[in-house]
This record gives sequence, C-alpha cells and structure tokens, in this order.
Amino acid sequence: MRQSRKASITMLALAVFSFVLWAMAPATATTIKVATDSDIIKLPDFNVSPMLVSAISAIVMLGVALFVGWLAVKKNRKAPRWAIVLFGLAFVVQALVLLFSGKTMTISDLLRGSLVLAVPLIFGSMAGVLSERVGVVNIAIEGQLLAGAFTSALIASITHSLWLGLVGALIAGAAVSWILAVFSIKYVVDQIIVGVVLNVLVIGLTSFFFSTVMQANQSVFNSPPRFDSIAIPLLSQIPVLGPMLFTQTAIVYLMYVALAAVYFFMFKTRWGLRVRAVGEYPLAADTVGIKVYRTRYISVVIGGALAGLGGAAFTLGSVGAFGDKMTNGAGYIALAALIFGRWNPILAALAGLLFGFAQNLQYVLTAVGSPVPSELLLMLPYALTVVAVAGLVGKVTGPASAGKPYIKS
Amino acid sequence: MKNNRIVREILNTSASTTVFAVLASFIVGGVLIAVANQDVQTAVGYFFNRPGDTFAALWNAVSGAYAAMFRGAIYNYNAHDFANGISPITDTLAFATPITLAGLGLAVAFRSGLFNIGANGQIIFGAMLSGWVAIYVQAPVYVLFPLAVLAGLVGGAIWGGLVGLLKATTGANEVIVTIMFNYIAVYLLGYLLKTPVLKAPQSINPVSLPVQNDAKFPLLFGSDYRLHAGFFVMLAAVAFVWWLLNRSTIGYQFRALGHNPDASKVAGINIGMTYILVMAISGALSGLAGASQILGTERVLTTGVAASYGIDAITVALLGRSKPLGVLAAGILFGALRAGAVTMQANQNVPSEIVLVVQSLIVLFIAAPPLVRAMFRLPKVVKA
Repeated sequence: MRQSRKASITMLALAVFSFVLWAMAPATATTIKVATDSDIIKLPDFNVSPMLVSAISAIVMLGVALFVGWLAVKKNRKAPRWAIVLFGLAFVVQALVLLFSGKTMTISDLLRGSLVLAVPLIFGSMAGVLSERVGVVNIAIEGQLLAGAFTSALIASITHSLWLGLVGALIAGAAVSWILAVFSIKYVVDQIIVGVVLNVLVIGLTSFFFSTVMQANQSVFNSPPRFDSIAIPLLSQIPVLGPMLFTQTAIVYLMYVALAAVYFFMFKTRWGLRVRAVGEYPLAADTVGIKVYRTRYISVVIGGALAGLGGAAFTLGSVGAFGDKMTNGAGYIALAALIFGRWNPILAALAGLLFGFAQNLQYVLTAVGSPVPSELLLMLPYALTVVAVAGLVGKVTGPASAGKPYIKS
Repeated sequence: MKNNRIVREILNTSASTTVFAVLASFIVGGVLIAVANQDVQTAVGYFFNRPGDTFAALWNAVSGAYAAMFRGAIYNYNAHDFANGISPITDTLAFATPITLAGLGLAVAFRSGLFNIGANGQIIFGAMLSGWVAIYVQAPVYVLFPLAVLAGLVGGAIWGGLVGLLKATTGANEVIVTIMFNYIAVYLLGYLLKTPVLKAPQSINPVSLPVQNDAKFPLLFGSDYRLHAGFFVMLAAVAFVWWLLNRSTIGYQFRALGHNPDASKVAGINIGMTYILVMAISGALSGLAGASQILGTERVLTTGVAASYGIDAITVALLGRSKPLGVLAAGILFGALRAGAVTMQANQNVPSEIVLVVQSLIVLFIAAPPLVRAMFRLPKVVKA
C-alpha cells in the first residue's frame, strides 16, 4: 500500500500549503454572485471572508490528510474516493475565494465558460477512451481536433451548412485516426511515433492551407456560420446549473449524447466488452474468435470521428472562423483528462470539465483584474497530470496492451 | 519494452528506403504547393481549352518553390558574388546546430529505450538558465562564456533528469510526462518573462534584455553570416555521443537497457539510476541547443526561443536512426529545409509550414518501409 502513503504525504504537503495561504489571506471580503437573470428563484449575493474560508479549508484538508494517512498506516487501506473529492473541493474553494478577494465572483460565468472550453477536451478524451481501450495509444488527439476544426470551417463556409460542416469534421477526424490505425496496426509502427508525427503533419497541412487558400479568400473559404445557443425549456431554468448545462449549442448537446453512448457501449454491451478484451489481452480475444484487427480499426476510427466533432466546437460551436493552430495543445490536455479520468469516459469528462474550469478561471480572473498570472493557471492541467501519472493520487493504470501492436501468428 | 522494437526497426531501415522516403515526401510537398497555387487554380479553370497552361503553371509553381528553397538553403546562384552566394549554406548550418543538438539528445534516449519527446521543454529550460546567466552575471569573458554554456547544459539536464527521476521512483510513463513538461516549461518561460526575473525593465512586452557581448557565441564569418561557434559545440557533441554510445561503459548500459530492461537488471545495472542518467544527458544536449539559440542566434529571450526545434529534433532523431552521424546528416537536411523555407516564403509566397508536412511525411514513410516499397515498386529487402 505504498500508493496510499504517497497520497497521504502529498495531501499533507498541500494542507500545509493551505495553512500558509491562510496566514497570507487578505482581509477584504469576496462577493459571491449565484443568481443569473433567467433564474426563477433568485438567490441573493453574499460576502465571505477569505480568512474564515481559508481556515475552514486548511483544517478540513489537514483532517482528511491525517485520516488518509491513518487509514494507510494502521488499516493498510486506500484513500476512499470521497476523501479525495472532499480534499480537492476544500482546496478549490479556498483558492477561488482567495483569488477573488475584494472582487465579485459570478458563479454562472465561471461554470458556463468552463463547459464551453471543456467540450473539445471531452470529445478528445472520448477519442482517447475508444482508441486506448482497444489497445492503440492515441497521441494524435491534437491532430484529430485540429483537422476537425479546419475541415468543419472550410466545408461550412463553402456549403453554408452547419450540419455538412459537422459531417466534414467527423470525416476529417476519422481520416486522421484511420492513418493512425493503418500505421500502428498494419505497418506495426510505434503508436507514439505515429501519433506525434501525425500531429505535426496536421499542423503543417492546416497551417499551409490556412495561409494559402483560406487567407487568400476569407469570404469564400473561412467565414462559416455558427451554431446558436438553444435553451432547453425548463431544464435551462434550474438555478446555477441550468444555464451552464442547458443553454448551449447543438455541439454541446451532441457531446452529452456521445458521452452517454460511449459509456453505454463501452461498459454495457457485448461490443464494448470485446473492445476492452482486445485492449487488455488481444491474444485471448483472438483465441475466442474476436477479430482483433477489425475491432481496433473500428474503435479507433469512431474515436477519431468524435474528436473531429470536438474540433468543430472550436469553430462552428464558438468563434466560427478557423485560426492557425487554434487547438493550441487542447489535444494534449484531452490526453491528460483521459489519464486523469483513468480511461473511463465519464471520469475523463469530469477531468475535462476541471481542466476547462482552470482555463476559464484564467479568463475570468483577467477580466476582473486579478493579479494572478494566467500562465500558472494554464499550467495547471499539465502539472496535475504529472502528479497523476506519478501515482501521487492513487495508481493510474491504462489498458494493459495499449501501445503494443498485435501480430497475428 | 515496446519502444525497443521501433528503435530496432528504425536502425534496420535500408538506405534506399530513406532516399525514397525523402523523395516521396518532396513529391507530396510539390503536389500541395501546386494545389495551393493561385495560377494553377486559375489555369485549371480552363483546363480543357488550353491544358498547356495548367502544366506550365504547375511547373512554375513547383519548380519555383523548390528552386527558391535551393537558393535559400545551399547556394544562391542569383547572388552578385561568391561571398553572398554561399551565405545560404552557412544559414543551413546555423539552423542545423540546435536541431542536431536536440536530435542527439533524443537519440541518446531512444537508444536507451526511453521515448523522450520533451526536447521542447528541455531546450526552453536550457535557454532560460543560459540566458539568465548571460544577461545578469557579471564576470570576465573566460568565466562568463563557459558558465553561460554550462548553465544551458545544466538547465536541460535538470528538466530531463526530473523525468528520469519520476520514472525511476514512481514508474511514470516518460512519454506523458515529457509532453506535460513541455507545456509546463512553455508557461513557466511565459510567466518569468513577465516578471522581473527575466523581463527587461523598460519593456512592455515579454522580452528579456539582450545577452552580454562576452557571453555570445562568436560569429564565424563576421556579422553578415548567422553561423556561430555553437556549430563546433554541435560537432563536438556528435563526437561525444558517438563515444558515449559506442565506446563507453555507461553507453553500453544505456543500450543494454534499451534492448532489454529485464536482462540489464539481472546483469546488475542499476535501472533507476540509468533512467535518471539517460534523461539528464538527453536533456543536457537539448539544453545545449537552447544555449546555442540564446547565445548564438536569438540573443534575447522570448517565448519563441525554442521555435519548432523540439518537434524537428524528434523527426531528426528518427530519420538519423538515432545514430550520431545519422542525426548529424538528418539535422543538416532539416536545417536546409528550415533555411530554404524562409526564402521560399519570401520569394514564392509558399508558407514555411510546408516543411512540417515534408518532415512528418519523411518520418511516416521511413517508419513504414512496406509503404515506400509499394509506392515505388521496390523489391523487398532481404536482410543478411
């Protein structure tokens, strides 16, 4: 149970850090604004003292850390999930209240933007789930997102059709992942190399055609329509969460459907069982008659298509026009979310949401004029992932045969 | 270890495959240049009336682009005199210096079975530390200059070694960690360039002060040429890596680890320590690339100090089959592509990103020899 001791030591260190923050906490209050204009029941704004919140958080964190340590040493047990969640929550609340000290924190701003930024990450992490669960490491999520973003903008501009744009994004993402599949399954090339190189290839291709074709004729090739936000009746009027979850574009609703579908197929159907069997132990799967190569191709390509949709979220679901290298590392954050979510689509989506939250927080903080450097928040997803893969918050193990080619003999 | 296989495959690729892979990539690049060319697009519009125009436009677009690339990378036959004419080849070598250094770093890791794709972050760390010393430390030239170069080496070694340490102690996958470390380094540099640690006091932009003259790599052919003494450091590094991998005990352990970690453990090699050492040396070489950037060509620290050399280094190490001389050759090829792309963009309006396409295609083709054989209808290579 070395893992849980490590977790407890990490938690202790963070708790100490929390106490330091408490000691440095400013006296000016933070105003929290919960209500939005569309709410039926309006909750009032309220002020909290950063000192008080810091004190509570620091004590809660210390308590949880000691409890987890006690479990590890005396009972030889792992840290329960609720303890980790409580710990994280205390830390996030403290950080938020401190960051917004003397300012107004509008909860709906924080949440709504987070989801918008998280959509491509969640689509990307689904691509990762589908690909890695079947045994093909997908470093090329970035390329799939970028290809989807480029193609959707191009097609939607030419045809003036949002839905054709989405189809284009699906096909582009699928095409990139098909190359990944061919090279890693047929030509048995190392999957990481193919992934890295594919990302470079897609960056090169999209940048090249962006500077030549798109920029030469913006109005024809790069001025796509955009999806409007659709408020779902009733659901969108739930206080706080309603506007965040249910006043969104069609791409976001597609994401909900896709997420539910991927989870259902992966864990509740025979197809999903086969996929996971191929990813864990292809020889055994082959022995019982599962077509390993075909299963791999199908799963990887479907994953790529989903990532392509995520790419469309950058263009059609947001700013419209394509911009050079506009995904800017989102594919790698999606990969991080995948690992953080332990190759489970739902957990990965939550991790994506967390990373989207960190990104959005940086925008909101800049908007209210907070002195916190944006770079440190942008760094957060990557740093958290290093912590996760280093096993500091429990062991992270991927599908057993991910990355290993299967050679039928 | 899954990485060993690929390294062996790359090492075993035949020379003809390499040549044909490069050729195929240039052909695809040519097709893209033609497709994106305005004149070609216009001429295709009336193809059936005057097909000759289309072919003429195609030829002009592609030959124009590649001729510009040649003038930018090797010899400018349009120059007034020989001294200006050979300027491009020195540019190529200047570009090749950091690319080869970082490529060597990755080659050391690849040969040891570690897939280090963190060259970008390691270059940035080297450039940051080297730049800081070169800007702020007051010392006579014979102390300052070596110290600045050493700082680059140490910066890269720390950032790389940390990955080795994480792998050795926690088993963290080095691919994921190096990817994440790249981004952490990028944002750290961005942050420090906004704080007094690195930012020039008067500047509004995230830019450092210029490095002191004493800390610079001397220019080899005067101020008209970009080539600097870092080139010799790079050549020395090639020799060092050759010695390390082929003649030294540590290098033998590195390669043993790359071939079979279990067997090397049984043979008494301290695996954890070797991971750290491999990654530190690998990072140090990339750090040197960072030092060559800041002390040789850039001279001020900006967020763009690593350019795309981190990616170039991966492709260079793969193309060079992770062997020192191969990496040198590949580095010079990619340096030429970079130098040529500048001229191509300026003269022919062909975006320099085409280089990324050509580079990545070269690696894809080389990684899959059957594909290249199928494309050129080559016979299957029979290995002795």
